[in-house]
Amino acid sequence: MTRRTFRGKVLPAGLTIGPVTLWLVFFVAVPLLYALVMSVCSIDGSYNIVYRFTAENYRRLLDASYMQIYGQSIFIAFLTTIICIVLAYPFSFLIARAAGRKKALLYMLVIIPFWTNSLIRIYGWKTFLGTGGWLNEALLALHVINAPVDFLFTRAATVLGMVYCLFPFMVLPLYTSIEKLDGTLLEASADLGATRAATFARVVLPLTAGGIFSGSIMVFIPCLGYFFVSNILGGGNSDVIGNLIERQFGKGNNWPLGAALSIVLIAITLLLVKLYQRCGGDMESFGA
Amino acid sequence: MEREKVIVELKNVNKVYGGSNHVVRDLNLEVYEGEFLTLLGSSGCGKTTTLRMIAGFEEPTGGTITVEGESVSEKEPFERDVNTVFQSYALFPHMTVFDNVAYGLRMKKTAKGEIKERVMHMLELVQLGGFERRYPSQLSGGQKQRVAIARALINRPKVLLLDEPLGALDLKLRKQMQMELKRLQRKLNITFIYVTHDQEEALTMSDRIAIMNEGVLEQVGTPTEIYEAPATRFVATFIGETNLFEGCVKETSAHHVSVVVESGELRCRAQGFEKGEMVAISVRPERMKYSAEPVEGYSVRARVKETVYVGSVLKAIVVLPNGNEIKIERLAGQKLPPDGEVYIYWDNGDGKLLHLMDQVFYRTIESVKLA
Amino acid sequence: MKRNTRAAAGRGVGILYCTLIYLFLFLPITVVVSNSFNASTSKPYLTWKGFTLAWYGRIFENGPLLESFGNTILLAVISTLLATVVGTLAAVGMYRYKFRGKSAIDALLYIPVVIPEIVLGISLLTLFANVRIQRGMISLILAHTTFSIPYVIFNVRARLDGYDSSIEEASMDLGAGRLQTFLHITLPVLAPGIGGGALLAFTLSLDDVIVSYFTNGQTMTFPLKVWASIKSGVAPDVNALSTLILLGTIALVVLTQSGIVKKKRG
Repeated sequence: MTRRTFRGKVLPAGLTIGPVTLWLVFFVAVPLLYALVMSVCSIDGSYNIVYRFTAENYRRLLDASYMQIYGQSIFIAFLTTIICIVLAYPFSFLIARAAGRKKALLYMLVIIPFWTNSLIRIYGWKTFLGTGGWLNEALLALHVINAPVDFLFTRAATVLGMVYCLFPFMVLPLYTSIEKLDGTLLEASADLGATRAATFARVVLPLTAGGIFSGSIMVFIPCLGYFFVSNILGGGNSDVIGNLIERQFGKGNNWPLGAALSIVLIAITLLLVKLYQRCGGDMESFGA
Repeated sequence: MEREKVIVELKNVNKVYGGSNHVVRDLNLEVYEGEFLTLLGSSGCGKTTTLRMIAGFEEPTGGTITVEGESVSEKEPFERDVNTVFQSYALFPHMTVFDNVAYGLRMKKTAKGEIKERVMHMLELVQLGGFERRYPSQLSGGQKQRVAIARALINRPKVLLLDEPLGALDLKLRKQMQMELKRLQRKLNITFIYVTHDQEEALTMSDRIAIMNEGVLEQVGTPTEIYEAPATRFVATFIGETNLFEGCVKETSAHHVSVVVESGELRCRAQGFEKGEMVAISVRPERMKYSAEPVEGYSVRARVKETVYVGSVLKAIVVLPNGNEIKIERLAGQKLPPDGEVYIYWDNGDGKLLHLMDQVFYRTIESVKLA
Repeated sequence: MKRNTRAAAGRGVGILYCTLIYLFLFLPITVVVSNSFNASTSKPYLTWKGFTLAWYGRIFENGPLLESFGNTILLAVISTLLATVVGTLAAVGMYRYKFRGKSAIDALLYIPVVIPEIVLGISLLTLFANVRIQRGMISLILAHTTFSIPYVIFNVRARLDGYDSSIEEASMDLGAGRLQTFLHITLPVLAPGIGGGALLAFTLSLDDVIVSYFTNGQTMTFPLKVWASIKSGVAPDVNALSTLILLGTIALVVLTQSGIVKKKRG
């Protein structure tokens, strides 16, 4: 039977599909199941995990202090997504419509900064924004301010860091969808009497909505987990869900609670992805 | 005439996909050495699957395929002495024309000098001398086609399989390539099995045509046989234009068969039919005749509806009492029927009598019974 | 006339806008690079004390830093290799075969891509803790390969979109066996996709903080080293090494890209 499907083909199915199946099952499906199981366990006095069912972790997730952080995390993610869309859309439009060779170069220039370690870059921002940083020095020299201002450890600083880290994830899908846009459609729309604004609203925006959707997913979801950004720039004043999880696996040493928090993140992710698919979103665009 | 040597033979070949999709049914076919055989049929009739089974890309679900008397069913494509020209050309995009054509020889570990000589000779043969350093992306459709042919011929296969090789070319180039392929086949004396859905292509190029319909081989014969003496209703309607009269055999004699149709009586020369059998008569438009008076054995009257001039041919459409339209064709300068009513007839030999209970029909009954 | 000036003005605004965005993107890097030349020797190494190349020399005296860098490279190379092999085979198989459970594999493939990295990190941590896989280089390699595989598959799959599988049939038809066909036809034609996927996997691994943070055990990678030193102020030799890594990556990408571009002509 296998021989029959193999005929005329280069590689047998088992050799191609086998390794990836094993890998994904063992290193994606099983770990997630482990996390799910752990989320309904508890710990004893010496931080050992007790494998007995309890809903206690999930009950704790409803604490007001946690609720406040979910709200803050979702707010930060939302704000980051909106800022990314607003900044990236015209930018993507401009680079996607540039001439051949220039286009490739401009695109590369977006990617290059991301070949430096993300922590180093966030640290760069910290240096830039801090009291002894370039920004303060410049503002002092220009007499805009009289004494150094600490821009760090604010929600704004965290949002800035998030926007910075996730900006290319918005540019990539937007760039792709704008590049695919057929230029003659714009001409046809103008030809039929539409103003630039009308062409944008009725032709360009609907046709690039897919890019905005997938970009938003790729910005919003990681934003909930990027604990290092809020840690370095927010200094504990603007924690995201990721910080809560990190704490339970670090200092808090309460893995079951951390696992439960992760399940919440997974639930949010699934919800958003389902919504995305419902709106006609294509999963393939996440791979770009 | 001396019986030719059979080079490829298909015996009771069946191909079923996914347990229920029966794409080739009980196919029996002999291909003679050195002939140009065309598998003709509309898309989805099983012709390409048949070709792919001969090439070894698909395995028959049942039956055997032999090449030179030796069963190849168990052989992988790379173990068979047949080569294929693919519909999409399937040129290796990362290799030059030279490397593409040389590929088969390299796989056979042919000596370098010989490879060079044979490739260059082959490229000359397909009129691509000087193109050996080009990449496929730098060639026109017709040139790619020539490379694909050269590549498939380089190993001097016993049989060359061609899967709609001219399908992607424009009409003018296609006509030119038809001639060239024919010339090449004559010159190299290699058996060609050629798949196409283009009946004109099949009629002009082939020594014999095998017509397939819904996985069944309907008829195998020379172009003339296929056109002049279609064996089934499908063949009659598939090849060229025809007029069909369905009816019932009234009486048979040594000279002719009389058939009762809805609008009267018709006859033609045929054997092997029984009284009372459901039949169809197929008559080509150019063989149709008409007369103001009834002709013996023919009593169908028709009303002339319109006449059309199509360049070198004149066409008339006449309507039978039951509303069916019949086409009559004449070369320019000949006469068409005048307005009014006429009797239609033909020379007995020009009407082809067909069994209506053909295989397609049987299958329909079968499936109805199953349902 | 009026239309021309308006278009020119529009273009000017566009160029200005793009420039500002690029400034935003390159600003922290400029900080890092310039700090790597800063002669300041006291924490937090912020005030400009003049130009020096000394930090570049100091990299080679900083044993733990060099070791973490070595680990990072080793980790990136091995996980990229693994992910490229598994991912390429998978992409080819999923393109060529229909089988039950294909959509399940497809769904599993998207999980590491869409879920926040921290979730992948902690679930791998729970796995490694439970099945007693020693946390260290091995667990890091397994973890990095896991998040790299989907990207390799997506890249190769994109290449397969325009792939005519009859070229494989043509190869076998001309007498090439399976292995020969794979080596002479499949691999070279898919090479740009495989290379792109591998490059992406390599840079992802090089930069990863979150997944490594949970799965490293005692093994330090360069990003984790940075993480550990951030509270007290990152030493300029780390900036210097970051600058070198950036240059190295640019060189690598320029080399492979130009190689790919040349191959594509075929």
